Amino acid sequence: MAKAAHVEEAHHDVHPHGIRRWLFSTNHKDIGTMYLTLAMFGGIVGGILSMGMRAELMEPGLQIFGNPEVYNVFVTGHGLFMVFFMVMPATMGGFGNWMVPLMIGAPDMAFPRMNNISFWLLFASICLLVTSLFMPGAPGANGVGAGWTIYAPLSTRGIPGIAMDFAILSLHLAGASSILGAINFITTIFNMRAPGMTLHKMPLFVWAVLVTAFLLLLSLPVLAGAITMLLTDRNFGTAFFDSAHGGDPLLWQHLFWFFGHPEVYILIIPGFGIVSQIVSTFSRKPIFGYLGMAYAMVAIGVVGFVVWAHHMYAAGISVDTQAYFVFATMVIAVPTGIKIFSWIATMWGGSLSFRTPMLWALGFIFLFTIGGVTGVVLANAGVDRSFHDTYYVVAHFHYVLSLGAVFSIFAAWYYWSPKMTGYMYPEGLAKLHFWLMFIGANLTFFPMHFLGLAGMPRRYADYPDAFAGWNMIASLGSYIAFAGTIVFFIVVILTFARKDRAAANPWGAGATTLEWTLPSPAPFHTFETLPRIQ
Amino acid sequence: MAIFNRFLIVLAGAFGLALTGPALAATGDGQPAPWQMGFQKANTPIMEQITSFHTYVTIIITLIALFVLGLMVYVMVRFNEKTNPEPTRTTHNTPLEIAWTVVPILILVAIAIPSFRLLFAQYDFPKADLTITATGNQWYWSYEYPDLGIKFDSIIVQDADLKPGQPRLLTVDHEVVVPVGKSVIVGLKSNDVIHDWAMPSFGVKLDAVPGRLQQTWFRAEREGMYYGQCSELCGRNHAFMPIAVRVVSQKEFDDWVAKTKAPSAALDSADKVAAAKD
Repeated sequence: MAKAAHVEEAHHDVHPHGIRRWLFSTNHKDIGTMYLTLAMFGGIVGGILSMGMRAELMEPGLQIFGNPEVYNVFVTGHGLFMVFFMVMPATMGGFGNWMVPLMIGAPDMAFPRMNNISFWLLFASICLLVTSLFMPGAPGANGVGAGWTIYAPLSTRGIPGIAMDFAILSLHLAGASSILGAINFITTIFNMRAPGMTLHKMPLFVWAVLVTAFLLLLSLPVLAGAITMLLTDRNFGTAFFDSAHGGDPLLWQHLFWFFGHPEVYILIIPGFGIVSQIVSTFSRKPIFGYLGMAYAMVAIGVVGFVVWAHHMYAAGISVDTQAYFVFATMVIAVPTGIKIFSWIATMWGGSLSFRTPMLWALGFIFLFTIGGVTGVVLANAGVDRSFHDTYYVVAHFHYVLSLGAVFSIFAAWYYWSPKMTGYMYPEGLAKLHFWLMFIGANLTFFPMHFLGLAGMPRRYADYPDAFAGWNMIASLGSYIAFAGTIVFFIVVILTFARKDRAAANPWGAGATTLEWTLPSPAPFHTFETLPRIQ
Repeated sequence: MAIFNRFLIVLAGAFGLALTGPALAATGDGQPAPWQMGFQKANTPIMEQITSFHTYVTIIITLIALFVLGLMVYVMVRFNEKTNPEPTRTTHNTPLEIAWTVVPILILVAIAIPSFRLLFAQYDFPKADLTITATGNQWYWSYEYPDLGIKFDSIIVQDADLKPGQPRLLTVDHEVVVPVGKSVIVGLKSNDVIHDWAMPSFGVKLDAVPGRLQQTWFRAEREGMYYGQCSELCGRNHAFMPIAVRVVSQKEFDDWVAKTKAPSAALDSADKVAAAKD
């Protein structure tokens, strides 16, 4: 691992104020802070939507949603908010912007002003999506109720109202925001590493951001094209997805999932990088098999582009096509397994301390494994015949997301918030947050495997009475997880209120990356003189 | 610390117990049973093959998950600050890295072989004894027996109109009737958006896409009532357009055909589902 030759001196901390500082920012730390704030808001909205869903599903019958279409709008909003306005802004916009320049010894990103427009484009995007919730959608309801996957022709003829067009424009802006951000990260990482920091010496979180940036750059334009075709089918008389006029609904699915599958790797790969940093720090050992870890992420990213139709096994694609996608999807399990075993091998022979960031990382390793192996089950088209569009799929992706990506986000928060805020968080309450989330999320999502096996379809506002038992457990679990989230916000508030000043490096000898050589909080300008790396 | 370890061990035990659960909980036959943890009882040879393949893969992944958990518990107990104050600097072990690449590949091959066998069996269409088409509408299914001149709509029975013993959200006014032990080819179409015709106990699931006719098939092995639900989000009443199939003896089927074909028994709907489910 690279080591700085000297500790960064605290600089004169001159910075702009007010609108010049925030609306016209060119500072990667401030932009990172704005992204993290937006992500907290997105998580609150996405979380409230999911609580509405779990409250409805707690018992059979329709207790809360008089109109099931509104339930569909909640399902759709929950997915879109969590994916585009919580996970992505937190991992890439938030921790990526804050930490990548620090970890490579760069004074800022390559394009500081474009960084700012990336953030404000995302802000505009979230405004459009929130607006869509209050615009007419399907007849008799407001909002888009087509799922985050917005399949045609439900999203063309089935939702005639303008809410769908607001959602399309929202996605355009979010996509543009991420594409510009990807350009920024790639240029920064390739060109602005401090002297002596070769690609093979940079921290694994930087590798993760680099791989994710390429996935964004290559997959988002396909989404942009696809949603533009949706917009023109809806408003300008084209028939891309309308079979009555020579189009094909399956074209939407191919285009969407060609973006959609890399998207799920975009959601998790930064988390892999975060877990590597934390496991190494709290084992006081370098990551086992660094090159294997870096190139496993590259392999997952590359192969992730050729597996998309495993989301379409029941759509009507041919058996030979399905067979290819079964094979390609199973290939991804190999580099992923290498990562799990490498994290364990890192800890083997180490000296583990169980501070809060490490608890989240340990939880991630085990629970992502569970989500990963149910993914191996679903990869097999023969058995996906039974699982497609059931709660087994919902269980799988919530294990890798809520118990994977979200765990890595909380891990990163606890690991890096002393550097960002300058204060230590209250350790006891932070551990309470972890345990409430761990217990709550497992109680919520593990029973969903059983529901899927028993045949409960997803995106259902009401269900046959036999599914009541496990649904009740899942809803109770969600209330526990919700309590955990409340504790998190109390931790954040208390962190600022108690002003328990953090050291430059609160984590000890295991924290070897460059950000720990800087004061806490990191000054407005850092590495204006480049460090030399041995 | 000790509490943490004990918690993990209890969790591992509960996890293992939960996965052996399918033998312990009720298994639905034709419809789900309360607290069910496994598939509904198979009523076709394909579903039997799906069930046994799933059991096989689930055993493999359970062992893998328990192995990872075991390694993690060991590492947390053996290599923490108190038990191992001096960390090593080991970052490589080539034989180990080869092993944990090759062994997963072998496991995946062991999964892939029966997996492909299952997949190709699902697409090995038999010669049809009976052909039906199912057309998805917002929000009900319509069925046709083209060779027998039968057509009808199949609409959910509202809660208030259910008779005792009829399951809520699964019962329809006119169910599909098929003879037992015969190969049935089901053609799927849609009149509006994408729907999906699914029958869990038959191991059947296929999208109904507007502008396409695509086919699946089954051969039901036991008589009885079997239920499924629409499995592609199709709008407001996606959860309220179930599928019901009554499997009967050949003789009962012939009687039903004769009765249904008769002009006086017109089952075309005057009562299409349009109202909200309130």
